[in-house]
Amino acid sequence: MPIVTMTVNGRTASADIDPRTLLVQFLRENLMLTGTHVGCDTSQCGACTVHLDGDAVKSCTVLALQAEGCAVTTIEGLGAPGLLHPMQEAFREHHGLQCGFCTPGMIMAAVDIVHRHGNELSETLIRHELDGNICRCTGYHNIVKAVAEGARAMAPAMGAGGTGSTGLRTAAE
Amino acid sequence: MTVTRIGEAVRRKEDHRFITGKGQYTDDIFRPRQAHAYFLRSPHAHARIRSIDTAEALAMPGVVAILTGKELAEDKLGDLICGWMIHDIHGQPMKMGSHPALAKEKVRYVGDHVAVVIAEQLDQAKDAAAAIAVDYDVLPAVAELAGATDSATLVHDEIPGNLAFEWHLGDAAATERAFAEARHVTTLEIVNNRLIPNAMEPRAAIGEYDSGNDAYTLWTTSQNPHVARLVLSAFVGIAPEHKLRVIAPDVGGGFGSKIFIYAEETVCAWASKRVGRPVKWTGDRSEAFLSDAHGRDHITTAELAMDERGKILGLRVKTRANMGAYLSTFASSIPTYLYAPLLSGQYDIPAIHAAVEAVYTTTAPVDAYRGAGRPEATFVIERLMEVAARELGVDPADFRKRNFVRKFPHQTPVIMAYDTGDYRASLDKAMKIADVKGFGRRRRHSARQGKLRGLGYSCYIEACGIAPSQAVGSLGAGVGLWESAEVRVNPTGNVEILTGSHSHGQGHETTFAQLVSDRLGIPIEQVTVVHGDTDKVQFGMGTYGSRSGAVGMSAIVKALDKVEAKAKKIASHLLEASVADIEFRDGQFTVAGTDRSIDFASVALNAYVAHKFPTSEIEPGLKEGAFYDPVNFTFPAGTHICEVEIDPETGKTTIASWTAVDDFGVVINPMIVEGQVHGGIAQGVGQALMEAASYDRDGQLVTGSFMDYAMPRAEDLPSFQMGFTQTRCPSNPLGIKGCGEAGAIAAPPAVINAITDALGTEAVPMPATPSTVWEVMRAFGPAARAAE
Amino acid sequence: MFAFTYHRPSSVRRAAALVASAEDGKLLAGGQTLLPTLKLRLAAPGDLVDLGAVPDLSGISLAGRTLTIGAMTRHAEVAASPVVRAALPALADLAAVIGDPQVRNRGTLGGSVANNDPSADYPAACLGLGATIITNQRRIEADDFFLGLFETALEPGEIITRIAFPAVKKAAYVKFRHPASRFAMVGVFAAKRTSDIRVAVTGASQNGVFRWQEAEQALRRRFAGKTLDGMSPPADDMVSDIHGSGEYRAHLVGVIARRAVEAAADA
Repeated sequence: MPIVTMTVNGRTASADIDPRTLLVQFLRENLMLTGTHVGCDTSQCGACTVHLDGDAVKSCTVLALQAEGCAVTTIEGLGAPGLLHPMQEAFREHHGLQCGFCTPGMIMAAVDIVHRHGNELSETLIRHELDGNICRCTGYHNIVKAVAEGARAMAPAMGAGGTGSTGLRTAAE
Repeated sequence: MTVTRIGEAVRRKEDHRFITGKGQYTDDIFRPRQAHAYFLRSPHAHARIRSIDTAEALAMPGVVAILTGKELAEDKLGDLICGWMIHDIHGQPMKMGSHPALAKEKVRYVGDHVAVVIAEQLDQAKDAAAAIAVDYDVLPAVAELAGATDSATLVHDEIPGNLAFEWHLGDAAATERAFAEARHVTTLEIVNNRLIPNAMEPRAAIGEYDSGNDAYTLWTTSQNPHVARLVLSAFVGIAPEHKLRVIAPDVGGGFGSKIFIYAEETVCAWASKRVGRPVKWTGDRSEAFLSDAHGRDHITTAELAMDERGKILGLRVKTRANMGAYLSTFASSIPTYLYAPLLSGQYDIPAIHAAVEAVYTTTAPVDAYRGAGRPEATFVIERLMEVAARELGVDPADFRKRNFVRKFPHQTPVIMAYDTGDYRASLDKAMKIADVKGFGRRRRHSARQGKLRGLGYSCYIEACGIAPSQAVGSLGAGVGLWESAEVRVNPTGNVEILTGSHSHGQGHETTFAQLVSDRLGIPIEQVTVVHGDTDKVQFGMGTYGSRSGAVGMSAIVKALDKVEAKAKKIASHLLEASVADIEFRDGQFTVAGTDRSIDFASVALNAYVAHKFPTSEIEPGLKEGAFYDPVNFTFPAGTHICEVEIDPETGKTTIASWTAVDDFGVVINPMIVEGQVHGGIAQGVGQALMEAASYDRDGQLVTGSFMDYAMPRAEDLPSFQMGFTQTRCPSNPLGIKGCGEAGAIAAPPAVINAITDALGTEAVPMPATPSTVWEVMRAFGPAARAAE
Repeated sequence: MFAFTYHRPSSVRRAAALVASAEDGKLLAGGQTLLPTLKLRLAAPGDLVDLGAVPDLSGISLAGRTLTIGAMTRHAEVAASPVVRAALPALADLAAVIGDPQVRNRGTLGGSVANNDPSADYPAACLGLGATIITNQRRIEADDFFLGLFETALEPGEIITRIAFPAVKKAAYVKFRHPASRFAMVGVFAAKRTSDIRVAVTGASQNGVFRWQEAEQALRRRFAGKTLDGMSPPADDMVSDIHGSGEYRAHLVGVIARRAVEAAADA
C-alpha cells in the first residue's frame, strides 16, 4: 500500500494507506482528529470542511493521496493551544451552533470566506458563501450573525479583545 | 464568577467542545478490536426471500461474519415493537406487522435489512455484501398511499386491506348537526408531504460484549437511551436491563428520528456477542434516506362549518396516514393522539370529529418528526382559517380574532384542556412587528418589479411537555411520560445534575445548569449536567415533544426542593437555630432577622463531614432524586407571519420576511429559545418550499440523497424577526411551556397562506417548488382564469 | 469505493500512457464529480491517474483576444482572476457560481469539460463562446466536442491540457439553480462577437448542453432580451422529472436565455 505524507495542523503525518482512503478518513481514523465530521456522501453538507494549503475543501471529496505534500488545517488546528480563534469565539458568542455536528465545517468555511472577502461581510454575501454547508438546527440566523462578527474580529488591529494580527483571544473557559 | 439567573441569555457551556472539534459523537468512538458492520439492504420495495447464499462473501478478505434473519431466529430475538397501542373504532387492537431486525421471509421497503456483514474494514464489508446472492421473488409494491387499502397486494400477509387501524376522535353526531346548521362550509383537500428528518449526524451504533461480566455496552445516537435499553431488553431480549448499558454520547441532532429503536443498533449489540468483538456501524447519508423513520405523509379532507356571522360551528377531518412498512416505535401515536387533539387550534370550536386511517405501504416506516402530528393538525386548521376568511371576504386576522379561545381553562371537544394563553396578544404583536399595515405598499412595490407578493398567517397551538402518565396510559401509551432528576451536591459545593432528558442540540447543559445556579446561588461554572448514560443516570424518558424544559426541569426543581430542605436542616445545626428560622437566598443560609449566615458550599462540606449534626436524625450527604409527572400537557402558542415574493416567470418563491411571536410561558434562556424557533422555522419552510420524500410506483425512493432532496441552505432563508408574549404555564413549577417544535409547527401554513395570497388561488401543494408554483400559475393563474 | 490502483504521474505523456494501458483507467482532476461517484460505487475503475502532480496544467494567460486557461485551473482561480475579470467577465461570473466555495477550490476546468455532465456550467461557456479545447493530441472546436450526456470527442488516452476562449465582452451567464443539487436546472450562456451570436443551454436538455439555434437566429436580427419574448425550445427535448416537467424546463430556458441576453447586451 502507498505511503502518504502531509502536514496536518503544523505536524508531519505519514501513513501506509489503502488508496481509497479519503482525506477525512485519514484525519479521523489515522490521526484521530475526529472534529472533522461526515454528514453526507454526495459532497454537499460541508461538515467535513478543512483547509488544504489554505483553501476550504470538502475532505470527503479528496483522496488522502491527493493531499501528498500538502498542509492541512482542521478545526483542532484552528486557533492556538488555549486560545480560541475569533471565528470559534463568535460562534459561541452568537449561538451559531446547536448540536455541534456541522459546526467545525461551518467554522472552517467561515474562515475561508474571510480570507477571500475580507472582514466586512454583508448578510447576503455570507448566505451566498455558506452554500456548501448545511445546518439542520439553527435556521442559519445565528450562524450568519456569528460569521459577520467573527470576520470583524479577525481584522488585524481590532480594538477590545483583539491581540493583533493573529486575531486570537484567550479562551474564556 | 457570578450567579446566572433564569431569563438570562447566558452563553452555552457545551459549546467549547463543539467549536474546538472535541465533541464526542458515536462515530468518534473507536473501540479496541472493533469490526465494521455494513447492512445489505433490499433493493426491492416488496419481495419474498427465497434464499440467501453467503458462501462466496464469507470467504472474502477481512470478513468476520455474515448474519441474517436465520441467526436472529436461532437466538430467539424478539421483533422491534411499536410502544403505543391504538384501539380501533371497533375496540380492536391495532394490527402490528412483524418487524424483525433482519428480514426473515419478506422485505417490505427499499432499504429493509437483509443481512449484516461484519468485517475488519468497512470497504471489505461492502465488497463482501456485493457478493451475497439473494434470490428474491419480487412482489408488487404498494407505494402509493391513496390506493393502498384497495391494493390486492398485502404488505403483511396477515393484515387485510393494509390497514393498521381505523380510529376516530370527537363527537360525530354533534359535528353532523353543526354542519347541517352551517351557513357556509369551507372544504380543503390537503396533502401533508412526506419528509426525511436528516439530522446532520447520521445514525450510528457500537455494540460491545464483555464476556467477563456477561454484559453489553451500546453506544448509539439516541434521544432516549433508557427507553432504548428497555425495549432492547424487555422486547427484543438482547440482555436483561442490568446487563445492558446504553450510552448516547454527543448526538448531532435528532428531530424525532433518533427516538426510535432501529434494526441497526439492535444488530450491533446482538452481533457483538456472536463475533466476540465490538461491532461498529455508522450510517452514511444514503442509508439515512432509506431507513431513518420518515415524517408526515397524510392525505386529508377537511371541512369547516360557519354561521352567518363567521363564527365556527364545527370541524370535520378525514385523514389517511402513511405508516410505511412497519409500525415504528411511536408511529401509531402520531396521526392519532398527537394529531387530532390539536385540530381545534387556537379556536373555540363546539364540535369536532376526526377520522383517521393508518395504512401500510412498502415504504420506510413513518414516525415522529419535529412536531409529530401537531404540524399536520396546524396545517389543516390554519389553511382552513385562511381560506374560510377569504371565501367570506373577511380579513384573515379579524376572522381568527373572532374565533379565538378567550376564556381559560378551555375544554376542547378533542381531549385537550387549554390551561392558559392570550392568542390575541401574540397576533397583535406579530402584526405590529411585521408591519402588516404597510403590506399594501410593499405589494405594490413588488408589482412594479414584476413580482407577486403575499402575506400569510399561522396562529398555531401545540401540546407539549408530554405528558401526564395516567392520561397517556389511558390512550394506549406503553410507558409513562414523567421525567427523573438527581441533584448531587459534592463536598466542595459544586453540583452534578443527572437528568433522564437527553441533549442533542437543545442546550440542556446550559439551561439546566442555569436553573441550578439561580436556585442555589452558585456560579453556573460549578454545575455539570450529566445525561445519556444508563450506567450513570437513573431511568429517564428522554427528549422529544418539547418536554425537557417543562418535564425534565420540573423534576430538577423537585429534587432541588429536597436538597434545599435537607441543607436547611443541616444549616440549622451549624447556625444553632431552629430550622423554621433558616432562610435560603442567593446561596446563603441565614437565621431570619440576624446576620448569622453560612454559605451553600460550607453546608455541603458539613453534610459530608457530618461532624456537626446528629446523623441519627439527618443522614450524611447531600444528594436527592425526584420523578416528576406532569399534571397536564403544556400549550405553547403564537403567531407567525410570513411574507413572500414570487417571481412569476420562474415560479421561485423568496421568503421576504418572517415574524415569529411566541408564548412559551417562562423563558429560561431567551438566546437558546430563539435558536430553537429559528431552527424550527427553517424546517417548516423546508417542508413548505423544498422538501419532499418521493417514491416511484415501484417503491424506489427517488429522493435518496441531497442531490434530489432539497435541504434549506443559508441562502434560502431570511433572518427572522422575533418576539415573545408570556402567559405563565400554571401546571409546572417553573411556568415553562416548551419551544422545540413551535417553528416547525407554525411555519408551513404561514408559507402556503402567503403563497396562495400572492397567487390568488388556493390550489398550491407542498412543497411549493418553483416548478410547482409555475404549474399552479399555468393552471389557475390570471391567464388561465381569463381563458375560462 | 471499489479498490483501485492509484497513479500520480508527473507528465501529461506519462499520464496518457498510464490511462491508455490500464484496462479501465480514469483520469482524476479535481475529483469533485468522480470521487462522489466512486464513493457511491457507481463506477469501478481499476486505475486512477491523478493529474495533480503534472506541472504546467494550470494557469491563466491572455494573448491578444484569446484567453487560455489550463485544464487543472480551479474554478475559484478563474472566478478570482483579474485577467479573466477584465478580458471575459462572463466566464469569471460563471466560475463563481459553480457548485459551492469548497467545490470551486478543488474542481477544475478540464475535469468539468471532460466529464460533460448535462448540468455542468463550463460546457455552456465553451459552447457559448466557441472555445477551443486543446488536448495532448489536437485542438477540438467546442461545437465538435460535446456529443451528448457525459459524451465527448475525447479519445481514450486523450487529455485536455488547456482551453482557449475568445475574449468576448458582450457575454453573460445566468443560472437557475436546481433546488436540491445546486447544479444548473437551467443555465444559459449568451454571447455576441461581431456577427457570431451564440446561446448555449445547460441543465435542461435530455441530450446535455446544446446551442439553441432558433434563439440565435432570432437574435441575429436584434441582440436584445425582448427578441426572445415568448420563445422556448421544444418541451419534448427537455428533461422531465420530479423537479420539473419538460414544459417547465422549456419555459425556463426561454426566461433565463432572455435574462442572459439582456445582461450580455448591457455588458
